[in-house]
Amino acid sequence: MSTTTSTDSRARGKAPAGERVADWADGRLGIYSLAKANMRKIFPDHWSFMLGEICLYSFIIIILTGVYLTLFFHPSMNEVEYHGSYVPLQGQLMSEAYKSTLDISFDVRGGLLIRQIHHWAALVFLAGMFVHMMRVFFTGAFRKPREINWLFGFLLFVLGMFTGFTGYSLPDDLLSGTGIRFMEGAILSVPIVGTYISFFLFGGEFPGDDFVARFFSIHVLLLPGIMLGLVVAHLILVFYHKHTQFAGPGKTNKNVVGMPLLPVYMAKAGGFFFLVFGVLAAVSAIATINPIWSIGPYRPDMVSTGAQPDWYMGFSEGLIRVMPGWEINFWGHTLVLGVFIPLLIFPLVLVAIAVYPFIESWVTGDKREHHILDRPRNAPTRTAFGVAWITLYFVLLVGGGNDIWATHFHLSINAITWFVRVAFFVAPVVAFIVTKRICLGLQRRDKEKVLHGRESGIIKRLPHGEFIEVHEPLSQEQLYTLTAHEQPKPLELGPEVDENGVRRKVKAGEKLRVKLSKGFYGEESQIPKPTVEEYKEITSGHGHH
Amino acid sequence: MKKLSARRRHPLAALVVLLLALACTGGLYAVFAPADKAQADETAQSLTIEEGKKLYTVGCASCHGTGGQGTSDGPSLVGVGAAAVDFQVATGRMPAATSQGAQVPRKKNIYSQAEIDQLAAYIASLGAGPAVPTEEQYGPEGADAAKGGELFRNNCAQCHNFTGKGGALTHGKYAPSLEGVTPKHIYEAMLTGPQNMPSFPDSTLSEQNKKDIIAYLDAVNGEDTESPGGLSLGGLGPVSEGLFAWVFGLGALIAVAVWVAARTAKAKKS
Repeated sequence: MSTTTSTDSRARGKAPAGERVADWADGRLGIYSLAKANMRKIFPDHWSFMLGEICLYSFIIIILTGVYLTLFFHPSMNEVEYHGSYVPLQGQLMSEAYKSTLDISFDVRGGLLIRQIHHWAALVFLAGMFVHMMRVFFTGAFRKPREINWLFGFLLFVLGMFTGFTGYSLPDDLLSGTGIRFMEGAILSVPIVGTYISFFLFGGEFPGDDFVARFFSIHVLLLPGIMLGLVVAHLILVFYHKHTQFAGPGKTNKNVVGMPLLPVYMAKAGGFFFLVFGVLAAVSAIATINPIWSIGPYRPDMVSTGAQPDWYMGFSEGLIRVMPGWEINFWGHTLVLGVFIPLLIFPLVLVAIAVYPFIESWVTGDKREHHILDRPRNAPTRTAFGVAWITLYFVLLVGGGNDIWATHFHLSINAITWFVRVAFFVAPVVAFIVTKRICLGLQRRDKEKVLHGRESGIIKRLPHGEFIEVHEPLSQEQLYTLTAHEQPKPLELGPEVDENGVRRKVKAGEKLRVKLSKGFYGEESQIPKPTVEEYKEITSGHGHH
Repeated sequence: MKKLSARRRHPLAALVVLLLALACTGGLYAVFAPADKAQADETAQSLTIEEGKKLYTVGCASCHGTGGQGTSDGPSLVGVGAAAVDFQVATGRMPAATSQGAQVPRKKNIYSQAEIDQLAAYIASLGAGPAVPTEEQYGPEGADAAKGGELFRNNCAQCHNFTGKGGALTHGKYAPSLEGVTPKHIYEAMLTGPQNMPSFPDSTLSEQNKKDIIAYLDAVNGEDTESPGGLSLGGLGPVSEGLFAWVFGLGALIAVAVWVAARTAKAKKS
């Protein structure tokens, strides 16, 4: 292929430089067909499809700023005396890690700004992943064939949490030191092996003089390395599956309606990267984050009030803060349930949302591919579950910040703690029920709109004195969009007896599945969408609304 | 003269006369008042106590008892010393409202410093206690802010936060923010341990230590303290930072995303 073009071009004189470079590269990399197939790839346009981009770009920004920080950061716990430019710490003993972070903040050109971009971008990265994950969840974008990509995304979120936590701990300041102590306490609460794991992690008794260097390797090498791989895999799968789209005229499960990657999305995505960088830089220039100089160096005998982790770890803080301080003593050993139970619930909270797609596909028995997104209202059970999970997460965040809530809303911290203890069990249930009702209400509204049209707000008086509101019929496109969703039937258990009249054995799991399926698709869970007959009947009766 | 008489029935005439009269009285008072004080010098101490007792009877006795012995509504004030009175009254905590919440809050002080001194003298006369510190004790001279920071983190930050922004205690009680609290009152609070605060007498935290702590607070939480990184977001740490990241960080980015998505290359409509 490259030979033919070169002969042709020689005949017509020298090819343009760009073409020659491309030709040279193609001859060695063979990317022509790959590029041809993918450069014109179509992506649909919706702002919520750009949430993942926010995450990707903040991740890149974190890597770029992080590289700059490693040039000046000393991951060492050697004790040094401070004689830098921050006066209120003059002559204090501190670890080299803390001192170098102070130096980055005060003595390295642009150091403080880069540090703040790094940290703000990390908070936004995690928040972006959270919102992106919720977008995927509520629109049902996790359904076949995207379950594995959902898991990749979930893993990225969890790894992001731990990368954030290890990074937050590196400056060895009093706040992060308290967080490490918290983590050590949680590890120690594990029966039998807790002490061994703690000694292994810290190279002996806490705090030791190893953990900063170890966390540094984990923070800059191990976790980001895995994350980078996952990000690439995540993106490849997005390309491979093609992007999902919302229902609408001309959009089917077999096509993608939108704009091509080149040139439209290349320009948009490239521009968006700089917009994200700009917003993060502006935020970092406006507001300070983690001012370690006023927090002070870590010493195990010191602690401050209001010591919280960054927001993404806040729910684990909440779990421990609201857990009653139970413990069991036997044969000279103590089982600290007050810490160990929260440690067990911590992964369960996360796993609950991660495994949902698999539970849904098992319950509904739906093994088909889905490329058209659901509107959240048309999947009331899923939406209600998602809202319940977010509610639980938020309740735990309140628990994690109970002291700040107490001081700022003039409440008793004990009352907040009890509220969280009760709300942990009650609030998700209430949120589930309320959300489901709202979804059904919205479905009714859609049905009403399809059958009777849009309320125009125009009041008309009929000749005999009756007042009516004029309803404008929807356009064909709108009608299609509102009725495009499927409404599956719930599973049936089948006949109780087989053809010979013998009682059929039904597994308990099967019974549960049928029950759950009723919960998903039963009469209580969806409003039957208007049929063509209904629509015709109503629209043919002139003025009879 | 005619001009003046023409305006004597002006609606604002009465106000002008009143202002003039007030200015005259005030001026005369200002001229004669210091002379009174000078004359009273000899019996100052007993007179101050006497005056303090009068103020005490009006403002404090209903809760603390007629002789400062305390009642079911307020503790005994025998031996609390002048420092405690100066702190409690000058920060507006005393006199407290009759129905308090979990804790007596800081509020507007209604006494003049002279009155507070009189009250303090009276209470000090009931039993020996810590005296009001002098400027020399709490002033910035010879203080080591860095050492003060270490002491603060070790003794105070558990309740008052790293830089004295305050924090929650049990059942609605709280350690107040130390922002805008004068050095004298911080010194007195350490000395006397008001409400839920433990006291740090000189045997626990020497005069020099207290001075250091005050210097540290002035350095990190004073009026001239700069926040090198920008808005300090209340100095409350990750909770306010997280909120800011969500609302202004991600919020702004989503707004930008909506903006970018709304501006797209549209296929030409024929």
